[in-house]
Formats: sequence, structure tokens, C-alpha cells
Amino acid sequence: MTDTTMTPTEGAIPILSIDGLNVDFRTRGGVVHAVRGLGFDVHRGEMVGVVGESGSGKSVTAFNIMGILDSAGQVTGGKVMFRGLDLINAPESALRQIRGREASMIFQNPRVALNPIRTVGDQIEDVLRRHTTILRRDMKQAAIAALDAVRIRDPEDRYNAYPFELSGGMCQRVMIALALACDPDLLIADEPTTGLDVTTQKTIMDLIQDLGRERNLATVLITHDLGLASRYCQRLVVMQSGEVVESAATMTLFTAPRHPYTQKLIRATPRLDSRLADLTGEARAAGSVSAERATTSAEPLLSVRNLVKEFDSGASTGWFARLRGKGTDATPFRAVDGISLDVMAGESVGLVGESGCGKSTTSSIVTRLLDPTEGQVLFDGQDLALIPAAGFALRPERKQIQMVFQDPTESLNPRFTARRCIADPLLRLAGMSDAAAREERVVELADMVGLPVDLLGRFPHQLSGGQKARVGIARAISVSPRLLILDEPTSALDVSVQAIVLNLLADLREKLGMSYLFVSHDLNVVRLLCSRVIVMQAGRIVEEGPASEILSNPRDPYTRALIDAVPHLDMDAANRLAKAEEPA
Amino acid sequence: MANRSTLALIGGRVLQAIPSIAGVIIVTFVLTRALPGDPAVYFAGPAADAASIEQVRQALGLDRTLPEQFLIYLGDLARGDLGQSISTGRPVVEELLRRMPASMELTLLALLFSLSVSLPLGILAATRPNSWIDHLCRVIVTAGVSLPVFFTGLFLVYIFYFILGIAPSPLGRIDIFYLDPPKITGFFTIDALLDGDLDTFGAALSQLVLPAITLGLFTLAPLARMTRGAMLAVLSSDYIRTARASGLSRSTVLYTYALRNAMLPILTTLGMVFSFMLGSNVLVEKVFAWPGIGSFAIEALIVSDYAAVQGFVLAMAFLYVALNLIIDILYTMVDPRIGLEG
Repeated sequence: MTDTTMTPTEGAIPILSIDGLNVDFRTRGGVVHAVRGLGFDVHRGEMVGVVGESGSGKSVTAFNIMGILDSAGQVTGGKVMFRGLDLINAPESALRQIRGREASMIFQNPRVALNPIRTVGDQIEDVLRRHTTILRRDMKQAAIAALDAVRIRDPEDRYNAYPFELSGGMCQRVMIALALACDPDLLIADEPTTGLDVTTQKTIMDLIQDLGRERNLATVLITHDLGLASRYCQRLVVMQSGEVVESAATMTLFTAPRHPYTQKLIRATPRLDSRLADLTGEARAAGSVSAERATTSAEPLLSVRNLVKEFDSGASTGWFARLRGKGTDATPFRAVDGISLDVMAGESVGLVGESGCGKSTTSSIVTRLLDPTEGQVLFDGQDLALIPAAGFALRPERKQIQMVFQDPTESLNPRFTARRCIADPLLRLAGMSDAAAREERVVELADMVGLPVDLLGRFPHQLSGGQKARVGIARAISVSPRLLILDEPTSALDVSVQAIVLNLLADLREKLGMSYLFVSHDLNVVRLLCSRVIVMQAGRIVEEGPASEILSNPRDPYTRALIDAVPHLDMDAANRLAKAEEPA
Repeated sequence: MANRSTLALIGGRVLQAIPSIAGVIIVTFVLTRALPGDPAVYFAGPAADAASIEQVRQALGLDRTLPEQFLIYLGDLARGDLGQSISTGRPVVEELLRRMPASMELTLLALLFSLSVSLPLGILAATRPNSWIDHLCRVIVTAGVSLPVFFTGLFLVYIFYFILGIAPSPLGRIDIFYLDPPKITGFFTIDALLDGDLDTFGAALSQLVLPAITLGLFTLAPLARMTRGAMLAVLSSDYIRTARASGLSRSTVLYTYALRNAMLPILTTLGMVFSFMLGSNVLVEKVFAWPGIGSFAIEALIVSDYAAVQGFVLAMAFLYVALNLIIDILYTMVDPRIGLEG
């Protein structure tokens, strides 16, 4: 076989072939056509990206290939051929033989995708026992070999670990080990890096790519992230509301996108050199960064000095553990380790780092939801750290600092209408007891954030993600704060919605002259909104400076790794990939 | 999981049980002293005059200060002396030891019955939602909680004893024509088996069946409902999807992956149901003339037999603590994550 050089050329037989697939879901609201007329092929040795925003039907497609669609979903037409076998009409017993042995799947949120009360080794052995004829006494060795294959250090020790004892990235490695233990030919990766840090994302994706090449796997990468797909996939299938809108080689797709939706998606995905206005394709009056220079004053609005936050190191501090002398390692954990930063009036500053770097702790302290262990939070010259967080909500300063939260769904009261969500701070903080005046202000705010007024009577679950984000922003700016803390405000949103929300935030700052502290893991997104960026690692600031400078010329190795790991639309990488795949 | 850490954990749990036991001892002591009425008057009898009542008071140590009385009480407890029951005239400890096995035997068999019905029922209902078995589960659960125990008890007696005549007369632990088996564990069925006496075993078991089913029907409802709910939640979880995507067999997915995870809430319910059954099966004991601990306590309470009530409360408290300990230990065996939080 000339497998190693095989490319998706005409004539080669695809290992997986989907043709005219239709999947319907029976719901209370009637039948939903989740997938309509879907078709694409996958060959051995290639990675195909299925890209689309939430609700595009990409995960349904993956579950359908594996035959693990839940009972509400029904295939109403089309074919899924895997090595000549029709998977849709195959009996469950035959499918069970294929799953895990010839076609495997890895999922998002690896920490919950593994059985929490079974050791990693046992879970791999379950699969081996099911699909191979390995003898009982060799089983453990085979499981350890599988762990070793995904480059887990000390696989013998990890063999006895439970998923909760491992990090998210490690769990995903175990998932991959589980999926590849029986040497399948097809691997479906459903958002394999969602919920992982960017640097972990890179190592996991590199691992999937390497293993795919080593074993000549056919890989289907399902993702919402066009940047990620462009980096690793030879071919892309773009889906929108259950249909394939475009399917082409990665390079072709980027250089000459034919479908308007693809064009919109490519535009909305931040690149290294894109500006905010580029994301939506709408003309903006002025570049946000230059406008910011005009409004920024030399006076710091917020000035954080030597901030320290310590947490008890949890587990072994019970009285019994202390009694047995096990609590000796109870040195408190320093989440924030003496950082100082300034935010000028009218400036927006980005605070960037991976999970656990202390950026959220810092923003919680600045928002006065958490008390610092040491240090000052000077707001307009007044040290807010002296006011306990518990009583801060009753202080007039509460109005000055507001927050936009990460998850627009979780951060809205499900029993409040959009109107009440926005009006609540007006009533409680601004003391607007006149209902008519309040309503007038709510309508004004809705107008400001671009929320149609007729949606104000709806509950959060009746709104889309973007609309919920708008409600959250309107709520935060309702009391005219001077400082707005944005805690990953777009990380739960689709890229096209993210583009709109980022533009909205830039507009609002120009109009209202607020200062922003933008907390995010994504340097690329932060750069779009912020002129200055602060990079945090392990509770300390490692680098600080103008956004453009940091991105183009990072001094700290950690910053460099972070920039390198963030997937963005990178033509050069796609180009290299295309070249590398060409037969010699 | 290392065995040493498990042992340490169990040791910790035992230590944590000490405060609750101390609390129970203090509360029972204070409670019996706070109750209206003068025990000395009761003990002295209806014909006693002031002098003899005072004599009894001194004999009982009731003329001393409360702390002194408490120390004496603790000393008695340490010697295993719970005092005399005035209604039966025998030591309370003896009464409890005689009646506890009867209650335990009934409760355990009832639990066995209800588990063997509710677990499969709950699992089947969860794997086939909205099928006939799911509806059956719902009907049984509703019937189980809505029919009072004395009704199901009398109904079963009426059908199986009075109409069909296949059940023995509902009068106590063993038919009057049989002798009690030699006392080893106090469980008639087990003692009879140990003795090798199959006839007595059969007689004891046939007496047990109806009350056990009556009691079991009542406890079946929460267990079946919890099993169904827990299984449904677990079956829709991500790791079950992973197990299915790995092509594991149906039984592995269902039992090794789903049921073991669903066991945690089921265990909690089991603990609650068990302690509930032990203390409040008075009605079943009354209907079947079962010489259990529940009916003993009720009778003692009616005649103001405070020593007996106090003994009953103490015994139940110890049992609850022991039960919680066992449930905790089972928990740590099922769920490796508990060790970290404990």
C-alpha cells in the first residue's frame, strides 16, 4: 500500500463516505431538521474539518456516524458508508463491533467524558477486553502501552489514577488513548479542545495530528473554531443550520470562499492583523484604538498596588488531618502574587493568561467581590480594598465598577425578563423608584446595546446567545459605571456573534467614555479591543505593554508560547500544510 | 485507592460519630428528667405514702444533684445497665436484646425484598422510558406510598391467610406448634439453619414472609423512584456516551458504568429507608403480633415506662450512628472522590 503518500485524489476509495444524510429531531415544538442533505468523504491519512457555529448540526453528524444519536434523533434519508458497510442500516450488534475498534470518537469536556469512579487503566482495559484477544495477564501491559502511546509521562502511575486526579489536558490524552487502544482507522474528534487552555489545546491537537500521521488515520475534526481547523485540516466542510454550504481544500476555501456564509465566518475569525471593523465588514467611523488615545487621560482611574490573594490549600486541612499531622503542607496557595497595574480613565486594558494564572481572582478583587489578602485597590484615589467585599454592594462606589460576566446564560436570572434584568440595578443601585423613568431608561439602554425593544419582555431562555450578551452589557452599563470589568465576555459566543459584541463594546466605550479591564485567555481577541495588554502567569505579571508590540515582538517566553498557541487564520500555515500533503 | 487511606478514613468517621453519641446520651438523660411526673411515685406504687416514696427516691438516686445523677447514669451505661422496665418487670437491656433481633430480621428481609424488586424495576424503567414497564414502575411507586402499611398488611392477611389459607396465622415469629430455635444470633431463620432444623426454618420463614412484604412494599417506592431517577441522570451523562462510542457491550455499559455511578444516591436513600423502617414499623408489628422493638417502645410510652423509652431511644441512636457509618464506608468504597473531600 502507498498509504503514506495517499492524498484525497479522485479515484481513491474514501474510508468514510456520507451522502445526502438527513437527520430529524422530534421535539415538543415539532420536527427539527438538524441535518439536511449532508455529504462529504474522508480518506485515510487526512484530517477533515467540519466547521460551523452552534446549531449547525456538526455534532449530530458525528454522533450519527457512530450510531450513538439519542432516541429523539432519526435518520430520514441518505447513506453513511464506512469501508463499504452501510452504517445506518447496520444492526446495533455490528455497530458495537465497529465502535472503538474501527472507528473511535473523542469528545469535548474530557473530564466528564470519562467514568469518574473507574481508574483510567480499567477503562482502557474495558475497551481492550471487548475488542481484542489480549490475554488477561497481558492486559495491564497493553493498557500502559496505550497510555504511553499518547505521550503520557509515567504511564505506570497514571494507570491507577482516577479522572478527577488528572488535569483536563491529561484526561483528553487518556480519552485519545482509549479511542486509539484498538488501532481504529477512523477518529472523530468532536470539539476535542473546548474547555482546555490554549497551550494545552495546541499540545493536544499536535498529538492528534502526529498520531494520525503515524497510524495513517482518517480524522474528522469537528470544531467551531475556523482558526483551529485551518491549522490542522487539509480539507474543510463548512456547515450552517444543518447544511453544507461549502466544502473545499483549506487553502482554496480561504483564498476564494464562494459562499457568503463562509466569507462571513472567515471575516469574523480574528487574525493576527485584523482590526475590529474587519470582523463584521461594516465601516466604522474611526479605528477604536486611535479613538481611545483621544479619550484616554493621564490620570489612572484604577490603580492596583502589590495585590496578593492567598487561598487555603484545600483538602487536607480538616481537623482529623491536622490531628494526624497530615496538614503540614498547608502553606496557603498564592493565586495572585503581588501584582500592580493601572487603568487610565477612558483606557481599556487587557488582562491575559491561562486558567489558574490569577486573572479571574484579580478581576474579582477589583470588582470587590473578593477580599485581597494584601495590597491596595485605588479607585479614583480611594482605597477600595479597605471596604469588605461583603458590604460593598451597599456602598455608592458599587455603581462605579460593574461587570460583564463570562456566560451570558448563567449570569442572567432565569426567572427575570430582560426588562427586569436591566432594571434591577437601576432600582437597587441608582434608587430609581419611579417606574416610568425606569422604563424610559431601560428602553434607552436596550437601544444603546442594539436589543430590539420588543424582546424586553422575554425570559433568558427565549433569547439567543448574542441577545443575552446584550442584556448582560445593558445591565452592567445601566448605572453608568466608570470602570467595566469584562470577564471573557465572548468566550461562550460563536465567532460571528463575538465580532458583533466586540464592536458593540468598542462603540459603547467611545460613546460613554468608560474604562475597560478585559480579562481573557485569547490574546487575539484582547488585542482588538485593548490598546494595552498585561500578561499574567502563576499569579504574576510577566509582560506588559502596547498590544501591537506584545503581539509582534513578545519578550517573555511564556507570552510567546501563548501567542503561538492561539489558533488564528494563518494563511502561511495552511499553505505549508497544503504543500506538505502534496505527493512527492 | 490505597487501603491505608481507606482505614484512616473509616477511623475518622468513627471518631466523628463520638460527638453524636455523646449528644444522644445527654439528650436522653435530660429528656427523661424533664418529662412531667415523678418516677419515684410510679415506682413506689399506688398505695405508697410520702415516706416510702422518699425511700424509693433515695434508692433510685433521684435525691441527688443532676450532675451526680448524670455520672451515676454514665456508670450504669458503661456497665450495660439501662434500668428496670416497670411494665414487664425485667431489665430493659434484656428486653431490647430479646426484641431487637426480631425487628432486625423483619427489617432486613423486607429490605432484601424491596431491593430485589425496586432495583430491577428502576433500571428497567430508566432504560425504557415511557414503556409499559416505566408505567408499571410509576403505578407501583404510587401505590406503595399511598397505601397505608396497616391496610396492605391486613389485605395480605385477608387474601393469603383467610381466603387462600396458604400463609400461617399472623401471630408472632413462629407457629405455636414449633419450639424457638436455640438462640445463637437471635434471628430465628438463621438459628434454625445453624441448628440444621429445616422444619423450624420453614416455619419461621413462612411467618416472616407476609410482614416482610408489607413493610417492603412501603419502602419500595422511594428506592424504585431513586433508582430510576439516578439511572436516567447517569445514562444521559457524557461518560456513558463515551462507553457507547467505545463499543462496550450493553451489560458493561449498564452495570459497570451506569449502575455503579447511580449507586451513590441509591445508597443514601437506602440508609434513610432502613433507619426509618427499623424505628417505625410499629403498625406492621401490631398487625402481625410481631414481638419487635417498635411495639415495645409504644407500649412503654403509653404506660410511662421511662427506663424502657430511654433504653429504646439510646439503642436506636446507636443503631443510626452505626448505620450511617456503614453507609459512609460503602460510599467511600463506591466513589474514590469521597476520600479527598472527607
